Amino acid sequence: MLSTFFAVLRRDLLLAWRGRADVLVTLAFFVIVVCLFPFGVGAEPNQLRAIAPGVLWVAALLACLLSLHRLFAQDHVDGTLEQLLLSSEPAVLWVTAKVLAFWLTTGLPVVAVAPVLALLLDLEQGGLPVLVISLLLGTPILALLGAVGAALTLGLRGGGMLLALLVLPLFVPVLIFGAGAVEAELSGTGAAAHLLLLGGGLAGALALAPWGCAAALRVSTE
Amino acid sequence: MLEAHDLACLKGDRLLFRGLALRLEAGGLLRVAGPNGVGKTSLLRLVTGLALAEAGEVRWRGTPIRRDREAFHRELLFLGHAPALNDLLTPLENLRFACAAAGDDIDEQSCITALARIGLENQLDLPARVLSQGQRRRVGLARLFLAGQRPLWVLDEPFTALDVTAVADLAATLSDHCEAGGMVMLTTHQDAPFARAPAVLDVGVYAC
Amino acid sequence: MSRPDRGPSILRFAAPQNFYPLAGRLAPWFAGLAVVLTLVGLWLGFVVAPTDATQGEVYRVIFIHVPAAWMSMFIYLVMAFWSAVGLVMNTRLSFLMSQALAPTGAMFCVVALWTGALWGKPTWGAYWVWDARLTSQALLLFLYLGFIALTRAIEDPRRADRAGAIIALVGAVNVPVIYFSVKWWNTLHQGASVSLTKAPSMATTMLAGMLVMAIASWAYTLAVVLWRVRPMILERERHTEWVGAELMREALRQGGRA
Repeated sequence: MLSTFFAVLRRDLLLAWRGRADVLVTLAFFVIVVCLFPFGVGAEPNQLRAIAPGVLWVAALLACLLSLHRLFAQDHVDGTLEQLLLSSEPAVLWVTAKVLAFWLTTGLPVVAVAPVLALLLDLEQGGLPVLVISLLLGTPILALLGAVGAALTLGLRGGGMLLALLVLPLFVPVLIFGAGAVEAELSGTGAAAHLLLLGGGLAGALALAPWGCAAALRVSTE
Repeated sequence: MLEAHDLACLKGDRLLFRGLALRLEAGGLLRVAGPNGVGKTSLLRLVTGLALAEAGEVRWRGTPIRRDREAFHRELLFLGHAPALNDLLTPLENLRFACAAAGDDIDEQSCITALARIGLENQLDLPARVLSQGQRRRVGLARLFLAGQRPLWVLDEPFTALDVTAVADLAATLSDHCEAGGMVMLTTHQDAPFARAPAVLDVGVYAC
Repeated sequence: MSRPDRGPSILRFAAPQNFYPLAGRLAPWFAGLAVVLTLVGLWLGFVVAPTDATQGEVYRVIFIHVPAAWMSMFIYLVMAFWSAVGLVMNTRLSFLMSQALAPTGAMFCVVALWTGALWGKPTWGAYWVWDARLTSQALLLFLYLGFIALTRAIEDPRRADRAGAIIALVGAVNVPVIYFSVKWWNTLHQGASVSLTKAPSMATTMLAGMLVMAIASWAYTLAVVLWRVRPMILERERHTEWVGAELMREALRQGGRA
């Protein structure tokens, strides 16, 4: 039963490796967005330090959002999605595999680069572990929720903007708890509550989003 | 066996056909015919469960296909108009993935044999994007050699972009499958040398 | 869709050809009710209700603001309900209902935000504060806009129905999460200094005015949705016989009047 899961996972990782320029573009986008903020709000270190968690989180969220359309688009065009929907294994399995591969190739690199960018904004060293943990817990939620939106907007004209409108309101809680965790840690109240809530959100999204995504894919290809 | 009655198909907001009935027994070869745009591909998608019928239902071994989707899909092989090839993968990788995605456990050697049998032994390691239309088509068709345990084959225009020998070879494969108790339902615009003349279902009769 | 007509059962009206005339008959009644109740509510709110001790006359905007805010949230729940019914029972009418509800819900959202801003200026000194309720109201508006944009962007009506239903359900699951998280964020960032909590002892006439206005919004919503869903039904069912007969009847009526 898990062979389908691993086949999809292996293939998507292989595809990401063969088309690794896409991953680099996502990372470059993440870096550039973060670098824009000092130009916009001024290079005053205290101010940058204050907005650093929010900026990093918003940039990570946008980087994730902008790569979401890739998740099913190619498979939809070349007919692979039809074949997957005709699989004798439950759709939830391979949907989860695809989202996991997407997160490993988009979310994880962003998480890895975030601490370096945090230094650019002079975020205090003490906040770095919490930043990484909050991103590790939060970006999979973004990928899971975003997958539902990507499945619903499959093949639509202007799908990118529509996808943003659909999923950004749903991303707000993740942003609040993610950026909030870093701020709480820095202000001394401790980030445990935020991180626990993010973990709970991840468990909830993991339980529900693949079903919604599979249903949305069936609707979009019907 | 596969049966459908009173099928109606809506595409966009246009009713393509209604009142369509079909029945396919073991060993049956059914050719879906009709002019372009009449809904042949849509009918195949209804039969496979990819699309939802506006009215009526499709049954497999007496059970509506939506009731137990996975069990039906285990016995079904559908090759659609798009060959389901990713340009960045080689034919071998594509074929192995297609089998694994469908839920079949097929080893690499069988895949190589299947690709060689359909005439792609020299293209095993090339990325799919350099293949010609006919060769791309064949990668998809190679699955037929690995899907003997799936009784129902639903094929959308399998003969397109194939040369004469390949058409004859494919027709023989389909005939063999029916001979062995399988079922084939296909659309095609060209005559193929089947061992036995296929039954014809003219969708145009039910067009609205 | 051929649903069995089981005598006087309420399910009979799940069939579009039965619901269409019913909606046409009911809508004017709800519209009339909405007009009467709105007049009564406004009279109660703007004439009878006493001036508020702390806020003066400005507070009277709550007679529009609060019912609009209630309605905007309630309509989203109803939308999600019809979406779930549609997905489970495969009844086309349910999808149409949720699509007919969405613009009204979005409208109430805008009204609530607009009146909230008008109220905020004299009370807080700013049109917009990042108050938990205002913020989640704004996010709710985005959920409505997303739903409307998605259903309009998809050309195939059946895909539009189902895709809209899924996003409505996803939104409904997320609304409590969003509200809770915004509230949490708000208490951390702003403290309790700006709060919309109403005065503890609300005069009876104030409460009565607000309730009357709330019922008026219900009646308005029902009337508008029933009117909006009728042409949608005709459009979807236009290849059926009953719609042909209905259009013929309507044409005759028009002709007779001319």
